[in-house]
Amino acid sequence: MSILDDIDRAIVRATQDGLPLVERPYHAVAEVVGTAPEDVMARMERLLAAGVIRRIGLVPNHYALGYRFNGMTVWDVADTDISEAGRLVGGLDFVSHCYHRPRHPPEWPYSLFAMIHARERDAADALVAEIATVLGSLSRGHLVLFSSRILKKTGLRV
Amino acid sequence: MDTLDRRLLNEFQQDFPLVARPYAAVAERLGVDEAEVLDRLARLSRGGMVSRVGAVFRPHAVGGSTLAALAVPPDELERIAALVSSYCEVNHNYQREHRLNLWFVVTAPSAEAVQAVLADIAARTDLDVLDLPLVEHFHIDLGFDLKWS
Repeated sequence: MSILDDIDRAIVRATQDGLPLVERPYHAVAEVVGTAPEDVMARMERLLAAGVIRRIGLVPNHYALGYRFNGMTVWDVADTDISEAGRLVGGLDFVSHCYHRPRHPPEWPYSLFAMIHARERDAADALVAEIATVLGSLSRGHLVLFSSRILKKTGLRV
Repeated sequence: MDTLDRRLLNEFQQDFPLVARPYAAVAERLGVDEAEVLDRLARLSRGGMVSRVGAVFRPHAVGGSTLAALAVPPDELERIAALVSSYCEVNHNYQREHRLNLWFVVTAPSAEAVQAVLADIAARTDLDVLDLPLVEHFHIDLGFDLKWS
């Protein structure tokens, strides 16, 4: 966090809903932020290199593109196995996000989260089965929570 | 959606050009002109197929965030879902098939501000909020390969 200065933060705020669809989008951002367009591009380049920005590009809406089965798969993995399990599941190309989150037993023993997206229920089930195979005995149980409704989805808000 | 739309969606999820006229650079790679790319992106955005064109930030790189869940009684779901969505700090809110049926992401300038939102939601809904902050992320998000049937 400390690597971001006020201008970086202003760039984040100015771009969190996306770049404007105009010929010179970084110029438009620069005007809002109050710096030079070259500075905006150089700073975004630096944030990308530092990993603060993971990528710059189109953010597709899976659901609108026909991926109606968006499953949050959650896995009960022992704390001692979580790094190994995360490396295995995070490496699967069909997993869009993979996180370690704290468990809250007894209702919520699950500590590894992996998001999957499929056009059909059968395809989603096959992806879950593939994760289960990859994890093998590292998983002590799992659940798949499909989203039945997207109530709100916007970009980052700060 | 035609081939060009699909190429736009699949080939430009990362490495979007950091140059003065990035849409012209994209157009050049696709062999079309800049106006065509801008028109198509505007149409895909309006149609909801593209959420945005821009940067995807690493979680917690800027401010704090958490994933939270509520077990909402079914007859209260509409009201409470709307209440949760009404917070500008809530950027994702999904109904999911589980006793914990409302899952949302809270993002705010600081970890304290995130906790304040959770406390406020707990107070206003009279429900326990399950707070599942990220401990570690394992996947480097390089986009998602959209497979067309």
